[in-house]
Amino acid sequence: MNIRVLKQNARDYGMYIALLVIMVTFTILTGGIFMSPRNLSNLFDQTGYVAVLAVGMTLIIIIRHIDLSVGFVAGFLGAVAAVLLKMGVGLPIVLACTIIVGAIIGIYHGWLVASMGVPSFVASLAGMFIFRGALLRITEGTGTIIVESPFFNALGNGFIPDVFKGLISIEKVHVLTIVIGMVAVVAFIIGELRVRGQKKKYNFEDSTLDMFIGKLLFISALILFFCWKLSQYNGISWTVVIVIVIVGAYHFFMNNTVLGRHVYAIGGNPEAAELSGIKVKAVTYFVFVSMSALAALAGIMFTARLQSATTTAGTGFELDAIASAYVGGVSAAGGVGKVTGTIIGAIVMSSLSNGMNLVGVGISYQYIVRGLILVIAVLFDIQSRRVKI
Amino acid sequence: MSKTILEMSHITKEFPGVKALDEVTFKVEEGEIHCLVGENGAGKSTLMKVLSGVYPHGSYSGDIIIDGKIQQYSSIRDSEHAGLAIIYQELALIPDLSVYENIYLGNEQKKGSTIDWNETIRKAKIQLDKVGLKVDPSMKIRNLGVGKQQLIEIAKALSKDIRILILDEPTAALNDDDSDNLLNLILELKKQGVTSIMISHKLKEVLKIADTVTILRDGKTVNTLKRAELHEDIIIKNMVGREIENIFPKRQNKAIGDIRLEVKNWNAYDFAVSRQILTDVNINVRKGEILGIAGLMGAGRTEFALSIFGNSKNYKVSGDLFIDGKKTEIKHPLDAIKAGLAYVSEDRKRDGLILDQDVKQNLSIVSLKNLVKNFVINKNEEIRIAETYRKNLKIKTPSVEAQVRKLSGGNQQKVSLGKWLLSDPDILILDEPTRGIDVGAKYEIYTIMNKLVEEGMSIIMISSELPEVLGMSDRIYVVCEGRVTGEISGSDATQEKIMKMATV
Repeated sequence: MNIRVLKQNARDYGMYIALLVIMVTFTILTGGIFMSPRNLSNLFDQTGYVAVLAVGMTLIIIIRHIDLSVGFVAGFLGAVAAVLLKMGVGLPIVLACTIIVGAIIGIYHGWLVASMGVPSFVASLAGMFIFRGALLRITEGTGTIIVESPFFNALGNGFIPDVFKGLISIEKVHVLTIVIGMVAVVAFIIGELRVRGQKKKYNFEDSTLDMFIGKLLFISALILFFCWKLSQYNGISWTVVIVIVIVGAYHFFMNNTVLGRHVYAIGGNPEAAELSGIKVKAVTYFVFVSMSALAALAGIMFTARLQSATTTAGTGFELDAIASAYVGGVSAAGGVGKVTGTIIGAIVMSSLSNGMNLVGVGISYQYIVRGLILVIAVLFDIQSRRVKI
Repeated sequence: MSKTILEMSHITKEFPGVKALDEVTFKVEEGEIHCLVGENGAGKSTLMKVLSGVYPHGSYSGDIIIDGKIQQYSSIRDSEHAGLAIIYQELALIPDLSVYENIYLGNEQKKGSTIDWNETIRKAKIQLDKVGLKVDPSMKIRNLGVGKQQLIEIAKALSKDIRILILDEPTAALNDDDSDNLLNLILELKKQGVTSIMISHKLKEVLKIADTVTILRDGKTVNTLKRAELHEDIIIKNMVGREIENIFPKRQNKAIGDIRLEVKNWNAYDFAVSRQILTDVNINVRKGEILGIAGLMGAGRTEFALSIFGNSKNYKVSGDLFIDGKKTEIKHPLDAIKAGLAYVSEDRKRDGLILDQDVKQNLSIVSLKNLVKNFVINKNEEIRIAETYRKNLKIKTPSVEAQVRKLSGGNQQKVSLGKWLLSDPDILILDEPTRGIDVGAKYEIYTIMNKLVEEGMSIIMISSELPEVLGMSDRIYVVCEGRVTGEISGSDATQEKIMKMATV
């Protein structure tokens, strides 16, 4: 591999390398506590709701907009879910209703931005105030609303049941998690082989065989490592399941569907997209609806995690989501970015908080460090664009 | 006898790959109105930018001499200091500030360290009187018409004790009354001793006010004519006659069929400039025909293409559009694509390509639907088709997965064309298809165009390059100021005839 190829890929792999460096550093500094099964499990669950928001935010930033309202939309809808549960509404209906209300909020924002031409910064800033008020309105009578549904709370705290527990018993190991890990590795390898096979059929160039095998081994090892770690604690949590499903779905959607391509096209050049027959307005609506529906899901996850809806739920989530997207390589200029990158960005940001907490760094320094990381990530993005000329 | 106030001698200005000005010599005498004419791209605006310091001393070769002294401007400020003021086609006023604030913007009237607003208003009134404009100086620019704004620009220039006023197509955006008004003002200023240089496309205006006319062509001074020698035909003859540098490939079998697209009584109003840009346009194109649309910059050619292509966001359109004899409503570019139209834009970087994406994604963007099976894009098929087009159009790129930003202009243009060919259109609108690309790529584009019409496609080609229009078109419409001012068959057309129709 020569230097040019490395440079071109720096943008794609830079994030992974950064994450690796951060994780190794904290593992050393904490004497291994950072990498302990319990801490990793915690870390992933902490990242969950921000990760879901950040996926939606990725699309928003790609089409050159911003949504500041998502934090309090999530907080508000989490409270709505809590109230509905308290009223005795069934869980599936609560989930469906909450997400539908989220979608309606998205239509409202889409209408302001796409149809009325209000800058998204202003439209969503207004939304931030409105839903902060709405959250207070719901919770101020009773204060914190406790949720007692165990199924609901499992979305934020629970783990997938170990169905193999009776059959194969290994001391203190979550067997299903390991099985899932192995299935994932097999599925991954089969998938990659199929893609490679098709490329061969079409006579396209592909990476060399050693590169290909190296990539397979590396990613398989990574999957197995984290599954093995998690299995030593409680196994894979429902939060992780939700995040993986959302990321997988959005990743596929953005890369393999016409609508996903249209999102990138609009972000890359709105005028050209419109003249290419893309309905920019309709796609903008879609992206805002997707964002707010994901905010509803994030709200549900956060309420479930705390097992209650609080008056301040959602404060600052939007900023974490935006930071995750930027750190994850979504271009501030629009048109460029990956959902998978954003997730890595989210894990980088929460690893920093988590690691610094373990090491005992004060909260004041934590903010400064996270701010600097954000600046560095964006500088890196701008710089790597410049190299390409 | 008057003396020479300004002399530009042997000015040469090069841009990467092009010589925009080549040893241009240009002399202006004190107190005269000197008009500068030439085709699009002849170098008029570049020359004025050199003069006014937009291109600073050192970025060109040759001398600017004012009152016998060599001038070396490093910015526009320096040239203003020397008594030059330039008024561009696009007005440089700030819409939300008042008339008096605009007139003294950058030249604030101070009392101590603060602005003396009373003095500013008093002086602004004097300047407005000079240009014969009766408006309240506290009005916002936004609420005034383009004609009045133009006069305010001149008032602003006059407030700085100028000696030479440069106007770059001052009447391009004005209606007849406002134009007359402006021309009379220039004549009036001449009596007061102001020297004016005016760039214009409208020969009638030139004939009305000019004392001297200098004609540029391909970055060279062709001729300088005195008032007594001025005649429309002579000017046109000097403007055209551009060397034909391209050889046009011959078309094998011309088979021109029925009318495919027809536009009747087409009017368009442009929201951005708030005025009517197309009036009563009637145009048709036949199957297997290359239809040329000629005209000077700002005549409304691109606007015509965009308005029939469903760009309703920017234009209010009225009139009827028929495709194969059937009345068709096009409200969005998507409707246009469904009706078999394709539009390769004039500005490929702004309206055509997504520079951050790769070649295959740019090629497939219009026709993704054809690549979809079960809601999923077949990416291998996408690469295969992109490869086919890369070969057929001879797009030079390291791979179809290379970023479009990195390709040369000619290859970018081919991608821009290819993306529309992929949508398999019946009517292809090409807006300046060979702008800014090299001769070899031009020839290749012409060959592709010929092949397409042989296969039965209809092509509407908008072009500013007369040799190209003459070399390629079966039939030509000439547009001037939003109206069709002539229709001529390709075999009868000459550069002089077209230029005459384009400058009425």
